[in-house]
Amino acid sequence: MALDLSLNRYADVPYEEKERLFNEVKQDMRYEEYLYGCYECGICVAACPSARFYDFSPRKIAQTMAREDVETFYILLNDSIWDCSQCFSCDRCPRQNSPGGIITLMREVAVKNGLASAQQALEGYGRIVYKIMSTGTQVSPDMLQPNAFPDWGPHVKEISDNLDLWRKALPPETLHTTETGWQVSDKTIIELYLIWHYTGVMDMIKEVDEGLFMILADVMEERLEEEGYDVTFD
Amino acid sequence: MIPVETLVKPAKEREFKVNPAEAPTEDYHDIIFQLEKEGEWEVLRVPEPYIEVETKFGRKKKIPIEKTWHHKSCGQCGHIPGYSTSIFWINRKLGLDYIDPTDQTSCTAWNYYASATSNVAAQAAVAMRNFAAAAETGYFPLIHCGTSFGHYKEVRQELIHSAELRRQVRDILAKLGKKLVMPEEIVHYSEWVHAMRHRIAEMQVRDMSMIAATVHPACHYHKLVREDAIYDPEIYGAQRTAIITATLKAIGVEVRDYSTWYDCCGFGFRHILVSRDFSRSFATQRKIEVMKEEADPDVVVTHDTGCVTTLDQSQFAAKAHGRNVGVPVMSDSQMAALAMGAHPYKVLQLHWHNTDNKPFLEKIGIDVEKAWQEFEEEVEKIKRGEKQYLTWEDVDA
Ligand code: SF4
Ligand code: SF4
Repeated sequence: MALDLSLNRYADVPYEEKERLFNEVKQDMRYEEYLYGCYECGICVAACPSARFYDFSPRKIAQTMAREDVETFYILLNDSIWDCSQCFSCDRCPRQNSPGGIITLMREVAVKNGLASAQQALEGYGRIVYKIMSTGTQVSPDMLQPNAFPDWGPHVKEISDNLDLWRKALPPETLHTTETGWQVSDKTIIELYLIWHYTGVMDMIKEVDEGLFMILADVMEERLEEEGYDVTFD
Repeated sequence: MIPVETLVKPAKEREFKVNPAEAPTEDYHDIIFQLEKEGEWEVLRVPEPYIEVETKFGRKKKIPIEKTWHHKSCGQCGHIPGYSTSIFWINRKLGLDYIDPTDQTSCTAWNYYASATSNVAAQAAVAMRNFAAAAETGYFPLIHCGTSFGHYKEVRQELIHSAELRRQVRDILAKLGKKLVMPEEIVHYSEWVHAMRHRIAEMQVRDMSMIAATVHPACHYHKLVREDAIYDPEIYGAQRTAIITATLKAIGVEVRDYSTWYDCCGFGFRHILVSRDFSRSFATQRKIEVMKEEADPDVVVTHDTGCVTTLDQSQFAAKAHGRNVGVPVMSDSQMAALAMGAHPYKVLQLHWHNTDNKPFLEKIGIDVEKAWQEFEEEVEKIKRGEKQYLTWEDVDA
């Protein structure tokens, strides 16, 4: 989608709401280390992979934040930040900014506030969030399914057809798993669930994907209860 | 197009001296030990003996030789398991003591950079839980994933600068019965391979001198917290990281340059999973095709999960469109293991990779059909129930 900054698609959103979100980004403890101003030199854009294939610019992000341009901030928050590759090539900024870092903070705020654009950006991503939060490893072997990666060719089917056997044909003892990247001990998983609980991550999930929240809460509450923890995610 | 030699020449001819005292960034070593004195955390020392290497601004970094606690990578273990298997295999071949723990979670940073469904405290607590688990074993964390490595360095920065975050994470860990422990160094496995490269070369049994490679340094290795990456005046005049290149040179591989070496691979974290049109276009048009045109390598060597995945898997669709692609992609650990005689399927597990690697394997004298048959025989034994798993003893039989 073309990023049209002249046309304010969000004119009906109250300025106070945009400002509230802007301030939320600024209040993150990392913000001061990610933005020192902006020379508007464009060095970040030259290094940026997303700028080559999308109507996207890390300079616009840094510049908008440095100018405290709340209206443009809100457009970028909705229409731009999810194009970023989070590679941090833009960290070569001569002003010592991290436009990619600012984007991380903006994404967090978008998720925490359940913006429709964040929900849309994360459509189809729920199964990944489920996997990492519930098992402690991401992209398990059994996720290599031909329908999920049609553009990777027939070798994905070959792997999924042989998955059980090929996992057993791995010498490291921890890698015989198919549902997780490696074998994670029970005690470790419980500790991970407690971390999600103590740091409020489940509140963020609830804002962007209610269905995913409910499934995750069920799985984790049950496991925690078995271990004697009385934890409710609500 | 400007010839690559013109671009790199000045760096080779002029000598740039680095002076750690004039480094533009703070030295994390001083701060983490100061915080230990103040009772904020314990510092987990790099076990002796270690090897000292130089980082971007001339500071020293200690790389442990053994007693390493292997912090595995989701994408490596899940989709390209020969990557991690090769790291373990090299350790075993060198007779080094290590732990492959089950008390380890992902750093969860792939998900964080993709979806932002986490926060600074959760990310720091996950990191410090893993470090505490390593410390409990008396072994030292060796981080397999480039993103875990970069992210953990970010977490270290955040913890160094925020007493409030330290307090928050310390409290969470206390509830888990764990202490706040900061490793003296955050070490990527490729730094270990780099530090061990001469010992690897001493045990080399396969000649690799007919091989030309291009190198892709991972963004999260040398761009995130940039001062903590290996640089060496002997390699590119220390104008870019020495990682991978020094290892390949040590095993006799010719490293060829190309103009988009600094570019990302196109992984994108969320893109590789839900917007792959971007990843495919970037990986092939900005990396593989440029490498082919300017350097014509036999293999692309990189040192991170996402980079191997994107650069390798993206070539299938591009090939179907008749693009100038078709170079196998491997990790430095797989290349080093190959040089030391590792089996291409039992150890490197190349059947999990996508782009045709047979011409490359044949070039270094491997009988591909025979090697595949040897692997298939082992698989048959597992199928028939004659053995449960392929073991470490089997792979060197
Ligand atoms: S963010 Fe940095 S690199 Fe980008 S335009 Fe501003 S000063 Fe230049
Ligand atoms: S982190 Fe985002 S903004 Fe920065 S260079 Fe990478 S893609 Fe561009």
